[in-house]
Amino acid sequence: MPPDVGGPPARAQIDPQQQFDRSVAADQRIEPRDWMPEAYRRTMVRQIAQHAHSEIIGMQPEGNWIGRAPSLRRKAILMAKVQDEAGHGLYLYGAAETLGVDRAELLDLLHAGRQRYSSIFNYPTLTFADVGAIGWLVDGAAITNQIPLCRCSYGPYARAMVRVCKEESFHQRQGFELLNTLSHGTSAQHAMAQDAVDRWWWPSLMMFGPPDESSPHSAQSVAWRIKRHSNDELRQRFVDMCVPQAAALELDLPDPDLRWNVERGHWDFGPIDWDEFQAVLRGDGPCNRQRIEHRRQAHEQGSWVREAALAYAARHLPTEIPAA
Amino acid sequence: MTDSATPLAATGWPLWEVFVRSRRGLSHSHAGSLHAPDAEMALRHARDLFTRRMEGVSIWVVPSAAVTASSPDEKDPFFDPAADKVYRHPSFYEIPEGVTNL
Repeated sequence: MPPDVGGPPARAQIDPQQQFDRSVAADQRIEPRDWMPEAYRRTMVRQIAQHAHSEIIGMQPEGNWIGRAPSLRRKAILMAKVQDEAGHGLYLYGAAETLGVDRAELLDLLHAGRQRYSSIFNYPTLTFADVGAIGWLVDGAAITNQIPLCRCSYGPYARAMVRVCKEESFHQRQGFELLNTLSHGTSAQHAMAQDAVDRWWWPSLMMFGPPDESSPHSAQSVAWRIKRHSNDELRQRFVDMCVPQAAALELDLPDPDLRWNVERGHWDFGPIDWDEFQAVLRGDGPCNRQRIEHRRQAHEQGSWVREAALAYAARHLPTEIPAA
Repeated sequence: MTDSATPLAATGWPLWEVFVRSRRGLSHSHAGSLHAPDAEMALRHARDLFTRRMEGVSIWVVPSAAVTASSPDEKDPFFDPAADKVYRHPSFYEIPEGVTNL
């Protein structure tokens, strides 16, 4: 309708940046077709892609034990869990694609080492008890990180997180149950559970990222309501949850400095080896090369399936949509 | 959403929007999107992706490129005509004290 024919008065032009800032400040969600600052878009793509990559790379350490699970029950559970990780990756790639990137492009960046995934998945799974430790600790840390992300300012990411969190709690429980079974089994089984916890505890604490004073992106992410709590806050929350759970498991957390601080009302814990974290991030973790190599190989070896499905679809293209 | 003009071979599998009826009596609602080579595979992928825990009794898949959206900017005056018609809501009308069932 031409502006002079009537209808509602033309709105005063609002600066899109101002509108974006107002939406974020009012805790409204930003949706894909809204205007957003370029840096916000880039940050969201980077974060969601890294999250998606973590989900699919995370299938490897546990997939390693599917064929050797000790019972049909454990095998069925593990398969369901690894399938969930694939699903979580797909939810997240879908969320990233709403920002105008293509999934194939993101996978290329992962394979070329130009986008990252969580460094936790560069540690090996040496025994079946590691499946338990991953469920309890790694998924526990992931949930602690992801629950606040359900209220993240970017709508599609927040919605994906809601689905992920719902499914993830089964992952953590099955891990806890597995460790609990081992811990209260034979002394060899107990030792196996303890060994797994010894190896996974510190890397799990590193999952929350560098300490607040050296976390480069944090302030901006908090301002954009992508992030709602600092790395150290979430890490503390996780430690406080784990200590009583470890007691129930009758397993020790490998930290001699762990003690209740009456004044703070929190558990104090020892220093984290950030050199190790940086080394794994740089690519020098125990399994970095193996993980990416396996991922690349799976992608290449699956290409004929993707092509065949496309060729089949092209030959069976539906006839024109009938006129209503 | 994909650009419908892009040839399939260049982008791989096209994108589909998935709608799931979570149980009888409710309408289908948007669950998310996924890539699939054709409608049949899109349905199968949608089942595996969105209903692993019995979250649905029926699924629709629609090529993303076939969706027509109201506008490129979801805050535009398209919805303004509804904004000044408060008399469409029951709360607009004052009813004397004590009158019930209205």
